[in-house]
Amino acid sequence: MDPAQFFAASRLVIVAGKGGVGKTTVTAALARAAARTGLTSLIVEVEGKSGLADLFGREPLTYDEVDLADGVRGRTLTPDDALLEYLRDHGMSRISRRLVSSGALDVVATAAPGIKDILILGKVKQLERAKTADLLVLDAPAAGHAITFLLAARALLDAVRVGPINTQAREVLEMLTDHARCQVMLVTLPEETPVNELVDTAYHLEDRVGVSLGPVVVNGVYPEIAGIDADPDDAAAAASTTLRDGEAQSLRDAAAFRRHRTELQREQIDRLAAQLPLPQLKLPYLFNADLGPRELEALAGSLLDGIGELQETRS
Amino acid sequence: MTALDDLVRDAQIIVTAGSGGVGKTTTAAVLALHGARLGRRTVVVTIDPAKRLADALGLEGLTNAPSKIEGDWPGEMWAMMLDTKSTFDDLVVKHSVDPAQADRILGNRFYKNISGALSGTQEYMAMEKLYELHCDSDFDLVVVDTPPTRHALDFIDAPRRLTRFLDHRLYRILMAPTRGLMKAANVAAQAFVRTVSKVVGAEVIDDAITFFTAFSGMEEGFKNRANTVFELLSAPSTAFVLVASPRRDTVSEADFFARRLGEAGIDVRALIVNRMHPRFGQGLAEATRERARTLQGTDLGGLYTNLADFRLVASREEEHLAGLAERIAPAPVIRVPFLQSDVHDLDGLAEVGTHLFDAPPASRATS
Repeated sequence: MDPAQFFAASRLVIVAGKGGVGKTTVTAALARAAARTGLTSLIVEVEGKSGLADLFGREPLTYDEVDLADGVRGRTLTPDDALLEYLRDHGMSRISRRLVSSGALDVVATAAPGIKDILILGKVKQLERAKTADLLVLDAPAAGHAITFLLAARALLDAVRVGPINTQAREVLEMLTDHARCQVMLVTLPEETPVNELVDTAYHLEDRVGVSLGPVVVNGVYPEIAGIDADPDDAAAAASTTLRDGEAQSLRDAAAFRRHRTELQREQIDRLAAQLPLPQLKLPYLFNADLGPRELEALAGSLLDGIGELQETRS
Repeated sequence: MTALDDLVRDAQIIVTAGSGGVGKTTTAAVLALHGARLGRRTVVVTIDPAKRLADALGLEGLTNAPSKIEGDWPGEMWAMMLDTKSTFDDLVVKHSVDPAQADRILGNRFYKNISGALSGTQEYMAMEKLYELHCDSDFDLVVVDTPPTRHALDFIDAPRRLTRFLDHRLYRILMAPTRGLMKAANVAAQAFVRTVSKVVGAEVIDDAITFFTAFSGMEEGFKNRANTVFELLSAPSTAFVLVASPRRDTVSEADFFARRLGEAGIDVRALIVNRMHPRFGQGLAEATRERARTLQGTDLGGLYTNLADFRLVASREEEHLAGLAERIAPAPVIRVPFLQSDVHDLDGLAEVGTHLFDAPPASRATS
């Protein structure tokens, strides 16, 4: 599939997954991949302190948009700021400060849970409508909260029957369930528990929220290395060299470890494919754990390769 | 005997904290199992266990009461999954003046939202359950898992948070209409409430007012209980154990928790790091990588590339851990290697235990 076409399929991509699977890294890599096809993208972060700006070698994001890289901007959204802006835009600026500073939002949010989520999603919807960028990439809250976050609109429609919140919830739901406007990409590691949770989350999101699911991103896949099956002593002889004491053992053990881990990963990837009929995009495990702009480019490249290999199954 | 052996033998309460996906629940279960093997009567309270581990621990349904795990050990092991809502319900019933007050609160929509969804409620109820089990003479050691969020340790200021909520200006504003004499002074406040109602709908505000009205008179009971729980948490017989994986982000989360506990005057008693990559031989990653480069294109080059990869990971992991290890010193850092598979039965828990404790008592699960 042509990557440009892939990224043009919906203006909003929501990246979701369990904590620790590399959701934020995938968000950043997607934005860069889109930028490389000539699209502008805006990353929206909702939890703060996700380390997203670090990946670009920049200062932490703020409520105001900043440039992160070529073709990539970023900003953070907080419910308080979104509420202030909403009230200001709706002729209620007089009480807006007070509502936030008195902590009223917390009490209101308790009375109607999901209100904070809808404030954020409402703002995302506004950005989407305003065509702020060709592609919006939303780094969703981690783990189980991603489901409640996306379910907030439906839940609020029941809790608040009239008024602006109700309108907001309805419009957010329209956006989330419109496949031409929004898709969710789930991220996992090729390991047992994360795969199980991803499958659960996928069915929940499809059944209960009605969102369209894009390809699944499998992060941290060991890249293949040629020669790893060879015996170190034979390989040394073939390369006309000798090994120091103990070196053959280290090479052999490390190779066995990698083969074993790779085998386990393959089992989980196959299991995921069997349980969830969605295309997969694989990202390599980076042994250099300190991710920065250079690693990000490599990951964006892997994504573009993976997207290029996707079958055009959906029109 | 390792320091962790002492902890499991002597502590009355162990709390495990850390970010999601690092094996916190499994670690909590391993500690409880080891306690049972040392002859103690232990109970582990989990928050959100992966399904197969829950099955192994016999946690099929939410009963909010511990169930016993049968096994061949001198002590006892019990396990339960926290049911936030029914724990809160029990608390309301306990503190209400009469059954009618309890009913009014339990049936209120605002309350239902608080008890199920208010951020911090899960953390708070985990501590409430902990206190209840601690006071139960059937158990010697209570091991509690915490939710996988940044707010997991918010319970350490639960008393202050609760007080702040109840003394809240908005709470007083909402209550104003019911206090006849105060009415005139609160015209401005009521205008404010009307505006809020316009945005979120009047029924939301009505629910809140009804709740606060029903709740009045119970504040003291809740505050006192919260204070008692906090004292228990900061007592020397309670041990906080951090669980992490050696990745930079999870280590920095663990570091955040360590600082958070430090601010509350609580020491971390041990750091358990799961999923450590093995170290193959003594060579340096850089030199190994160089050798791989000169041998590029040969099988040996591939073997060296792989060895360099793992040596790099192993040294990075130690670098990530260094700062945190220093912060929590003299608490020990216990390293658990990558396991062959995910843990989902008692034998699996016992296997993890061999990495945490010296010479575990030789006994096997009967299941």
